This record gives sequence, structure tokens and C-alpha cells, in this order.
Amino acid sequence: MESVDELKEKALKVRRHIVEMIYLASSGHPGGALSITDILTVLYFKEMRVNPKNPKDENRDRFVLSKGHASAGLYAVLAERGFIDVEELKGFRKLNSNLQGHPDMNKIPGVDMTTGSLGQGLSAANGMALSAKLDKKDYRVYCALGDGEIQEGQVWEAAMSAGHYKLDNLCVIVDNNNLQIDGTLDKVMSPYPIVEKFRSFGFHTIEIDGHDYEQIIKAFDEAKTIKEKPIAIIAKTIKGKGVSFMENQGSWHGKAPNEEELTTAMKDLM
Amino acid sequence: MDKDTKIATRQSFGEALKELGEKNEEIVVLDADLAGATKTNIFGKAFPDRFFDMGIAEQDMIGTAAGFASCGKIPYAASFAAFATGRSYDQIRSSICYPKANVKICGTHAGVTVGEDGATHQMLEDLSLMRGLPNMTVICPSDDTQARWAVEEVSKFDGPVYLRLSRAATPIIYSAGTKFEIGKMVQFGEGTRATVFATGAVVSESLLAQEILAAEGIDIRVIDVHTIKPIDREMIIKCAKETEKLISIEDHSIIGGLGSAIAEVLADEYPKKLVRMGMKDCFGKSGKAMELLEYFGLVSKNIVEEVKR
Repeated sequence: MESVDELKEKALKVRRHIVEMIYLASSGHPGGALSITDILTVLYFKEMRVNPKNPKDENRDRFVLSKGHASAGLYAVLAERGFIDVEELKGFRKLNSNLQGHPDMNKIPGVDMTTGSLGQGLSAANGMALSAKLDKKDYRVYCALGDGEIQEGQVWEAAMSAGHYKLDNLCVIVDNNNLQIDGTLDKVMSPYPIVEKFRSFGFHTIEIDGHDYEQIIKAFDEAKTIKEKPIAIIAKTIKGKGVSFMENQGSWHGKAPNEEELTTAMKDLM
Repeated sequence: MDKDTKIATRQSFGEALKELGEKNEEIVVLDADLAGATKTNIFGKAFPDRFFDMGIAEQDMIGTAAGFASCGKIPYAASFAAFATGRSYDQIRSSICYPKANVKICGTHAGVTVGEDGATHQMLEDLSLMRGLPNMTVICPSDDTQARWAVEEVSKFDGPVYLRLSRAATPIIYSAGTKFEIGKMVQFGEGTRATVFATGAVVSESLLAQEILAAEGIDIRVIDVHTIKPIDREMIIKCAKETEKLISIEDHSIIGGLGSAIAEVLADEYPKKLVRMGMKDCFGKSGKAMELLEYFGLVSKNIVEEVKR
């Protein structure tokens, strides 16, 4: 899939899945799943070299959802991309379903790394990028971090490693929706300035609007031209993007909509 | 047992790792700025491309190892036991054990036998931490031969391993090339007066105690527990049935380690009193390795006393 219109249409479907999955589970994290949806859509439908028929292809590009609580977004994209059955989404977070609350690489085709405990995904992504270099393979590794997540010290240990080992096959995306559970980032524990931090750790940084498809696509294209440096795309996003009453509302970090809210959300996502 | 030739299991580990690297190209080694002390520098010198110094950042080291494993590599991640397991416990739990990553975590400098560095560096809770994790295999070799065996053996199966190693040089117990089996304890002697279950650096002390007691006409058996998890239930039950007294000894806290593992099996299958020798819910302190073992009552003479008590 190529055209921006088609990508936007896909993203809309993904958003509908997200809201419905969380409604059916009466549990989940809509805010951060909706803020990263457009980036996930571009990654899986345009950017990444993946094959749903052979999810473990050793030459595939890898994706690590370090902010694992956005699992609904990842599962919805994987379903739309053909890794898992769309029907399976209804089992999200339920007993006997493979779709665990947080991504599980052994249960879900297309999930490259088990995540959930924040701050750990970038280290794993580094290990994958180092493996590619060691094996002289050309696959790329993508890692999505939450902006609150980067308060975890391990993220900066990993950032140091990525810079040190010059992992130009690694592309980090920071989902900068500026909200975490206890409030706005600057009120809780400011990680700003984020761009300068990554730059000082040896990254090539790109700032974009994380909902603007032209910018997302251009950023990934630019990332592939960078040599000897890891890349960090700092994406300004809106938590709860696409659902009117969830947008920029911290309270929708980890809450499920009721039936009425579901109806409103689905209207927003037509 | 060759009492005169002493080798630290960390040294055996370092040398065996290099030999393994020669046989298996998928082996990669990670360290956290302690390669000279953990002896991974032997591998690093031989295979610089497959050796990764992650700096003083154990959490990142463990996470990176998980990423390597997901791409088919067999990472051995080493640091002092205190940092390898304590500093990065959640990384081991979430990124290694839950996804069953094929990562071998190697904690050298375990126990009070670290010596002069003192309490912060003497890891006494690692067996407890690692044993409690699902999918984890826990191995604690008692001598050079066993450590060399363990390094290669754990590469042969796909799954997380914690390998506990010592800083202090200890006697060679087994002749070179002796084969062991993961999860099968090794029995020394058929004595019925007592069973001493021992692991790691204090197995040799138990064997010394066995000699001393034998000279006095008291026959005990010593069991080398090189695999803490999975624990050899059959051997524990057999010894509980066949011997009068049960003792466990470890250079580790008496909470959660070898003694606890044995007590759990006894409670399940064959309730019987067990004397747990080890660190009695306390931290270590500075001193020489042997002085510390004596100070904390973990040498042969203490075992002799306990058997006679």
C-alpha cells in the first residue's frame, strides 16, 4: 500500500478496532494506542519489510513496542496487515486469548519482542540491530517509546549504547503526546528537552507531527539515509487522537469506554 | 578431590567460554565493565566481534542480550552476581524469563567468598531471586571441572539460565572431563549418619568434613547440588529416607536458596528436620574469603560440629 489516502483509511479502521477491543475487554489503554496509530500504520503498511505469511523471516525488519501498553494499537495493525485474524481482536485481554494485555512474542505472530515493563524495549532493539550488523544483514529495527517512558533510566543506558555502537539500522520513535498517568509530563517529571537529549547521546534527530502522513513518511525516508548514527524521530502527537472526548485527556490513558462512549467514538471514527 | 590445585570457577568459566566460542559461532558475550574480573575478557580477546562491553549498565546489558537471543544468537551476559541479578531483576523477569529468551546470565563473585569488597558486592540473595522466576534454570558449579561442563551444557538447550560462579579459588573436586546431568545431584559416599547437601564454593568444605568425620568412624554422605533449579527431588527424598540427619550448606542466605529448595521438597513429600547452614538473614562484610567462611560458620569444622550435635 502506498497512497496517503489509503493509509489514512487503514488508520481509521485500526482506531475503530482499538476502541472496540478496549470496550469489549472493559480494559486497556486507548490514549497511547490512538496517539501512535498513524505511525504504526505507516510502519506496517509502507515502511517495514515484513511478511505476514512468514512472521519469523530472519531478514524481516523488526519492531519493538517498548510502550507495551499500546498493545491494542499494535494488535489492530497486525490484524489489518494479516498477521492475525481480525476476529481474534475480540478476545483482547480475555482468558484463553493469545492477545495478552501487553505484547507477547511467543503468543502473537508479528510481535518481535515481549514488552510491558516500561523502559526495556530499546535495549532489546539494540540487541537486534547489533545482531543484524554481526550477521551482515540489512534489516532495520524500529522501536516506539512513550514520552513518559523515557523517564526510565534504562532508556538512557540503551540510548548510550545505540550511539556508542553507531546503530544506523535503528530508528527510535518517541510518541510525544505529553501526557502520562499522573498528569502532563512537565508536571510529573519533565524529560524535556527530548530532542536535545537524544542528540547528545549521538542520535540523528527528526521532529515531526506524528499524525501528518507526509511528515511521517519523509522522516522514515530520511532515517534510511543516515550513516553511523542511530535515528530518533520525536513525534508530537495527541493522546486519544481521533476520538473527540479522549483527545488530550489524561484520564483516557487506561480506561475503557462504556456503550454510549463507544457509540460516540465510532461516529468520530467514520 | 585435589586440595592443592585451586581454581576459581570464574576462571574456568572464562576459559570454557572461549572454547565454546570456537565451536559455536552463535555465541556472543556481553559484560558490564568487569570483563577482567568476570574473565569474559578471554573470550573478548579471541572474538572481539562477538564481545560487547555494555559499560556500567547491567539493565541495558540484559535487555540487549534479550534482543540478541530473539535473532538466534546465544548470549552469555556476565557481571558480578550482585549486579547481574539484583540490579537487573525486572529486566531478567520481563525480557528474559517471561519470553523464555535463550540468554545465559553469568553471575561471578557470588557469596561472601568475594572477600574484601564487602557486603555491597557479596551477593547472598541471587539464588533466591533467580529460583523464583518461571522458566529459569539455576546452576551453581562447585569446581573447575563442573564449571567448564556447565558453560557448554547450558548452550545446548534453548532457554534462560543463571550460572552462579565464585571469585575465590577452590579445590578441584572432579577429574577433567567428568560429565554431569542438569538436575541430577552428585552423591559422595553412602554414609547414613547424615546427608550434607552443598552447592558451589562450600562443596569442598563438606567433603573435607566428610573425611574428618570418617576418621572418627562417622559416615556421612555429601551431595553436590550443582543444579538448584530444577531441584533433584528423588535424591532429596532418598537421602531423607536413608540418613538420620539432613543438613544443607551454601554461601548464600538461608532464605530462598539451596536450603529452602530442599525444605520445600521435604515439606511436600517427606517431612523431616533440615538444618540450614548459610548466611543467617544478614549481610556479609570485608575480610579474606576463607576468614569470612570461618567467621560465618561455613567451613568443615562447623559441618563436623553440626553432624555431631
